[in-house]
Amino acid sequence: MRSRSTFTLLGGFAAGLMLSASFVGTAMAQDVTLSFLVDNTDASTVTVAQALADAFTAKNPGVAIEVETRPGGGEGDNIVKTRLATGEMADVFLYNAGSLFQAINPQQNLMPLTAEPFEANVIDTFQKTVTAGGDVYGVPFATAMGGGVMYNKKIYADLGLTVPKTWDEFMANNEKIKAAGKVAVIQSFADTWTSQLFVLGDFYNVLASEPDFPEKYTGNQAKYATDAAAIKGFERQEAVFKAGYLNEDFAAAKFDDAIRMLATGEGAHYPMLTFAAGSVVTNYPENQADVGFFALPGDDAAHNGLTAWMPSSLYIPKTTEHADQAKAFLAFVASTEGCDVQTAAVGATGPYMIKDCTLPADVPAVVADLLPYFQRDGGTAPALEFLSPIKGPALEQITVEVGSGIRSAADGAALYDEDVKKQAQQLGLAGW
Amino acid sequence: MNEATAAAPRSKRRTNSAYPSWFYLPAAIIYAALFLFPTLASLFFSLTRWTLFDATFIGFDNFVQFFREPFLVKGLVNTLIYAVMTSGLKVVLGFLLAVLLTSQIMARGYLRSVLFFPVLVSTVGVGITFTVMMHPTTGVINETLGLFGIKGPGWLTDPNLALFSVALVDVWKGVGLATVIYIAGIVSIPQEYYEASRIDGANAWDNFWNITLPLAKPATVTVIILSLIGGLRSFDLIWAMTKGGPGFTSDVIASVIYKQYQAGFYGLSTAGNVVLFIMVAIIIIPLSGFLNRQGDGA
Amino acid sequence: MSFLRRNWVGLLAILVSTIVFLVPFAFILLTAMKDKRQSSLREFSLPNGFHLWDNLVEVIQTRNYMLLTAFVNSAILTVASVTLLVIFAAMVGFVLQRKPSRWTGLVNFLVLAGLIIPPAVVPTIWVLQGLGMFKTLHGLIFIEVAYGLSFCVLLFKAFVATIPRELDEAAIIDGASPLRLFFEIVLPLLRPVVITVILVQSVAIFNDFTNPLYYLPGTKNVTVQLTLYNFQSQYNTSYNLLFTNILLITIPPLIAFLFFNRQIVAGMTAGAVKG
Repeated sequence: MRSRSTFTLLGGFAAGLMLSASFVGTAMAQDVTLSFLVDNTDASTVTVAQALADAFTAKNPGVAIEVETRPGGGEGDNIVKTRLATGEMADVFLYNAGSLFQAINPQQNLMPLTAEPFEANVIDTFQKTVTAGGDVYGVPFATAMGGGVMYNKKIYADLGLTVPKTWDEFMANNEKIKAAGKVAVIQSFADTWTSQLFVLGDFYNVLASEPDFPEKYTGNQAKYATDAAAIKGFERQEAVFKAGYLNEDFAAAKFDDAIRMLATGEGAHYPMLTFAAGSVVTNYPENQADVGFFALPGDDAAHNGLTAWMPSSLYIPKTTEHADQAKAFLAFVASTEGCDVQTAAVGATGPYMIKDCTLPADVPAVVADLLPYFQRDGGTAPALEFLSPIKGPALEQITVEVGSGIRSAADGAALYDEDVKKQAQQLGLAGW
Repeated sequence: MNEATAAAPRSKRRTNSAYPSWFYLPAAIIYAALFLFPTLASLFFSLTRWTLFDATFIGFDNFVQFFREPFLVKGLVNTLIYAVMTSGLKVVLGFLLAVLLTSQIMARGYLRSVLFFPVLVSTVGVGITFTVMMHPTTGVINETLGLFGIKGPGWLTDPNLALFSVALVDVWKGVGLATVIYIAGIVSIPQEYYEASRIDGANAWDNFWNITLPLAKPATVTVIILSLIGGLRSFDLIWAMTKGGPGFTSDVIASVIYKQYQAGFYGLSTAGNVVLFIMVAIIIIPLSGFLNRQGDGA
Repeated sequence: MSFLRRNWVGLLAILVSTIVFLVPFAFILLTAMKDKRQSSLREFSLPNGFHLWDNLVEVIQTRNYMLLTAFVNSAILTVASVTLLVIFAAMVGFVLQRKPSRWTGLVNFLVLAGLIIPPAVVPTIWVLQGLGMFKTLHGLIFIEVAYGLSFCVLLFKAFVATIPRELDEAAIIDGASPLRLFFEIVLPLLRPVVITVILVQSVAIFNDFTNPLYYLPGTKNVTVQLTLYNFQSQYNTSYNLLFTNILLITIPPLIAFLFFNRQIVAGMTAGAVKG
């Protein structure tokens, strides 16, 4: 039912756009159908993709866009690689920026967009994550995210807690929450990927104390097990488990369960990426004002900041037969108009990586808490996967083991170093 | 069967022309083009670092790396436990159920349908359903146990138990297939044997031991081979239910390989597949030869 | 009482099988009746309102009636590949069992290899592209045949052994050609196995998930299992719709089975009399 009202809304929006379409549409009068491959990792991705496609076709009646979905995660990586390698990629496709982007051999497979005028609209921080060999290849799709702790504001108000700026304050809050009979930290290890936030989300703090960590890490000089700052993520994950702060069914709970516990006030903290705000808004609209967000705190209150995730990106494969139309579509996405279509489709989810895009005044509470980090100078640092091509594939299993007491933090960090080594060797990096 | 083979040499030349080799042809062409050739091509890639976009020849490094996988030994042991457990249960239960369902039992059609039903449901559906039912606190299994005052274990979350729980679900899903194969085997046993045995005054138990069990041999061989191979290669259900977890505790060889594949280590995972193939072949080919020799001379 | 005493095995079997095999099915059915929020709890409970109809409508309408397209594609795929599989595999199984030759060892090995080795996806796509069959339904049909051959040959070979050779010889003396011998004498006798193979392979191909994903990309080419992706994703799953979808795509094979179930009984008794 919800989707129907979205469509009605879009229909009206599209009809409005059509009035101004005659000016732009002439350049490509022929009827062309672009294929557009997106992942279904999050339900809103398909909605946004379809909204952009519809709005674009309304403006350019000669170009139809057919949205095709693929699974996300590792399965999705394989499909993207297989289709690129066999020359069967869709005309436009959505895929991660950063280390995964580097792994699809951009120079060999993708159409460079450096010279396209629309790239001037893209914020530099993002451009860096879709650049290979000096060329830019992508345009951001949807918004940037933060990786930190989503928390229940009601519990905080009831217990008189304040948002922690240091890890010790965070643990002190946990103690009070536990004493009040609530779940202090929610974990959902049935969806293994959700277990990685303590390690990945801590990267702002790692970078704050060791600004050259990414280079050293890529060059086989810095290790998680031996680096005092980097191992903290593993240690903190272990500490939270040992203190007994987790929900009873942490090993069997799924992402959806965690969102329920957080939104309805069964639990206070959930380490997560901010895109999850969308799930709160969709599934628990009456509780959306109760859920807030803060960055994973480090040791020093003076250096408190957010580990940021770049949005995924749209790319055009070299094999496309409709390069002009595909570029026109990317130009549309990289415009303020494109941002507005996305906001209209799924609401505000975070800051856009397109210059001059604005968000409506009333955004969900999580997004309201997220934006100040981006507006403050030095308030964010990109996650490690956007600064280094190496991300060990087994991290999520290792953090599950550390987070449920099967393996110690030190062991886990050492095992992850092994995993990272394998990845670096497979990538054929120098010095491994 | 044995009489038939004994009779064969009499007119071997003549009958052989009744079994023309070109009968292999249609199957052989499809198999060679779409399976054999790609497989042989992939053998080459097991010697390379392969990103799908380009391949660098690195000799046997992938094999060395594969055997250095931290969870390889664990995965090997798990694979063997899983394969033996699932195929053993499928053979025993499948056979007993087939005997039961070929007897004059009431509601035979209903029972056959119900038993076969899980085979029809997609693995994804089975995986999700049982993951929910095996939930440690709110799952229906532990809630039922709770009624009797038993605190049920974390079926899929206890590192010592996860593999066995998945194996049991595998049996639940697969026993219907084993039963159907057995039923086909049992009903093709000529009734004359039972009639002759009845004249000799044998009871149902004698019939079971002396006729049904030995003459269902082709079916047994088929079920053992199929379920053992299925067990050794099994992956779908483990992936749908635990993804090899918690952590790495229910990893089997196939899931280790799949994770490498997912990570984009295509050469390495191809090498893993070669190792898996050799391992399964070492177990299955002698076993298959042995079982077939035991069964019939053919 | 005497009814109970005589039929306790049957009654027990009905009771146990109902609990063990139908409870999970009841769970699927109950979840398909719930709304999104209740279904996300994934509990074994009665729905707090009857939403099956809404769910059905939404599942069928999703992404422009994708499920209906998927059903047509899956039906064609299943029927065509199973037909080819049965004929080709029975031919191989027949000759393989009847005529030992220097090829037998190799063929046996290849059959086992086909069961054991996981397919190599990318080289297979290269071959399909070379043949102009990538992204086509008939290409996928041949893929399913290639992957299913080993299993079917193994079954046929095992059961050809139960057909007495005297039957072949009688037919040959009557002057039957190899084709007639096979299609008119042997294949009918293999009926129980043929039905088993049809059943098992139809289910396997209808439920196949990975092969269509790789060899038949594109929205127009979707098969039923891929429709599950509409409701299940890494971050967000609509369990009510997912289970409604599972329910919908399980019903056709179930009906097929109920239909075949009679055929099996009939086919098997026929086989038993002749054998």
